[in-house]
Amino acid sequence: MSEEFDRKVVIPGEELGEGIASYNAYEEGGKVFSRVVGLSEKRGNAFLVIPLSGVYNPKKGDGVIGKISEVSFSKWVVDINSPYQSVLPLNEAVEEFVDLTKTDLTKFFNYGDMVFAEITSVSKNKNIQLSMHDRKCRKLREGRLIKVVPAKVPRIIGKNGSMVEMIKKLTGTQIVVGQNGIVWIKGENEVVATEAILTVERMSQSHGLTDYIKNMLEDKLGVKSEDIIQEGEKYGEERDAL
Amino acid sequence: MIGLDTALVRKVVSNGERLDGRMKDEYRDVSVKTNIVSSAEGSARVSIGNTMVIAGVKMGIVEPYPDSLDEGTLMVAVEFIPFADPLFEPGPPNVESIEVARVVDRAIRESKAIDTKKLCIKEGEKVWSVSVDIDVINNDGNLIDASSIAAVAALATAKFPLVDENGKVVWGKKTDKSLPVNGLPLCTTFVKINGTTLLDPTAAEFAALDARLTIGTLDDGKLCALQKNGMGGLTLDEIDQMVAAAEEKAEEIRGKIRAAL
Amino acid sequence: MEKNGTRFDGRKHDELRPMEAKVGVLKNADGSAMFRLGNTYAIAGVYGPREVHPKHDENAGKAILRVRYNMAAFSTKERSRPGPSRRSQEISMVTQQALSSVVFLEEFPKAAIDVFIEVIEADASTRCVGLNAAALALADAGIPMKGLVSSCSAGKVNGSVVLDVAGEEDTEGELDLPVAYYPKKDTITLLQMDGLTDRKEMRKIIELAISGCKKISEVQQKALMEKYAGGSNDRA
Repeated sequence: MSEEFDRKVVIPGEELGEGIASYNAYEEGGKVFSRVVGLSEKRGNAFLVIPLSGVYNPKKGDGVIGKISEVSFSKWVVDINSPYQSVLPLNEAVEEFVDLTKTDLTKFFNYGDMVFAEITSVSKNKNIQLSMHDRKCRKLREGRLIKVVPAKVPRIIGKNGSMVEMIKKLTGTQIVVGQNGIVWIKGENEVVATEAILTVERMSQSHGLTDYIKNMLEDKLGVKSEDIIQEGEKYGEERDAL
Repeated sequence: MIGLDTALVRKVVSNGERLDGRMKDEYRDVSVKTNIVSSAEGSARVSIGNTMVIAGVKMGIVEPYPDSLDEGTLMVAVEFIPFADPLFEPGPPNVESIEVARVVDRAIRESKAIDTKKLCIKEGEKVWSVSVDIDVINNDGNLIDASSIAAVAALATAKFPLVDENGKVVWGKKTDKSLPVNGLPLCTTFVKINGTTLLDPTAAEFAALDARLTIGTLDDGKLCALQKNGMGGLTLDEIDQMVAAAEEKAEEIRGKIRAAL
Repeated sequence: MEKNGTRFDGRKHDELRPMEAKVGVLKNADGSAMFRLGNTYAIAGVYGPREVHPKHDENAGKAILRVRYNMAAFSTKERSRPGPSRRSQEISMVTQQALSSVVFLEEFPKAAIDVFIEVIEADASTRCVGLNAAALALADAGIPMKGLVSSCSAGKVNGSVVLDVAGEEDTEGELDLPVAYYPKKDTITLLQMDGLTDRKEMRKIIELAISGCKKISEVQQKALMEKYAGGSNDRA
């Protein structure tokens, strides 16, 4: 993640240069400016800004975590902590044929169920459509959900998943991170894992964060990394059974 | 709504734990800072964990009430500022904020920590009015305890404003004379969830409660307020235990207030 | 008041009171900030974009920006009665318009961006301080904007034109003129005036206020960098 620290932090209205305005930038009088507080990047002739805060901006392909908030005739409405409604249609959630005249949809997903789903489309009006077809999508049973700033999700996941994997191993928990800033944690040390994730969120711009979190967890749990791997594997089996 | 998961709270409590890892009778970190608002005669900012409130004391000269001609007036008001919680809506005080104000008021008034007779300037004509206004700045539960600590800390550090030769208050100028405060009445709140009693509920625990009991105590161990809330029931033994615990816990908090005076 | 070119608090005619700004001061709000100018201090908190309640207020084409400016009862020398007054409603409205002019509302159709300003301590220029905090809170919340607006007031005291009227200048001065300024386009997004003057003097007063707004803009930028760039200033 070292590139993150070399990029410049810009604020709304700050000039980025001359070129094309891309993601979170705008063009005025031939020059490009930032629209948000974030990290500026130039790709070819285009300037874009990666926001450092803000509510989740839904994108096709994102994996998100949500809670079933409505059960309708042929679909579910899922709360993914966005001002825009996200819908999971029946045919995107269930593989088998369903006779709607005989079947109650709560059989598959009920109010309050937590799911990890994929965004398949976002309309112009920002209506979101979800699907559970991808292999990684599933119902999340038990455990707890916490909210983090969506902009910090990449830091929490880490390069190639390094940060979240380390927290999982050391705390012996299962963790799933949604791009929408909702994180699911399940295991014996949920409280410690929660604290670790919130610490990454808070200190996201510090150097040496991985080591800091590793030391923090080793102190709190009183163990070294090698001992924990055995427990992590135990939970891994349970997850595959879902 | 993602965040206030009452089913999760109930499950965790049934396992003998709390979401944030605290013990059942443990307060979150309490911090008290006084004299933070120069426009007020007395003020305090208090935080309990992530809950934060600011209290300000304003004083003025008014006519006494007809049924208490030799007594000053005391009033406590609470405002839930809409930025404190995504569910707070702007508008006139709702019943939750009114309850917080009234319970905190009762504890202070009944404890006689403020002797309203000492606020009399000229019987039947002029008395001091003392208003305590509390702004809830960030809500993570237990607004009653936070408001009570802030109100008492603000009162304990309040100074009378200057009065000119015509008997009019000179706004913005304080004297060295402290508002006479006799003791630190504090509210201590417990919730009962699935049969377990917990001290100092967070917003999530507050949303999952079966019953809530707030106990007002004074330095000498006297009780000055009781308020039960919630649709669940409490046994006399449970109440008795909570009162005993409240006496101890409130004294710990008093230590923090005294350190900030 | 104005004697020998210095004011009651020792300031020169074109000097602002000491300032302080901090971003991210509230835990629950999506974005927040505090701004202090002398003895005037306000906190702003933003939620949004979020669903609109009541639904009939929603706008199909863009987000609605709602502002509620409020003064804490203990913020003024004499206690203010809680609740919206005509004055606070008017200030809410002009603040909403000043901020809306720079927010990309079309990005979030049918949603609401709610801005809550609470004045904790009042010593003149409360609407300006509230607006400065609100602009920072919007940036902290990640709301896309063309740029930050900055606000301060200028006025006339004892016949002299001064920047940032305060204290006894507020109660005994002849004129008060709050301004919100958008530096990038050199435009004014909030303008009000209390007092009597002529066109030539008006220009002088507004120019003075704009010079103050530019200094405020620097303080705002620094506050954002403090939070988001870890305090370091990685600018050349």
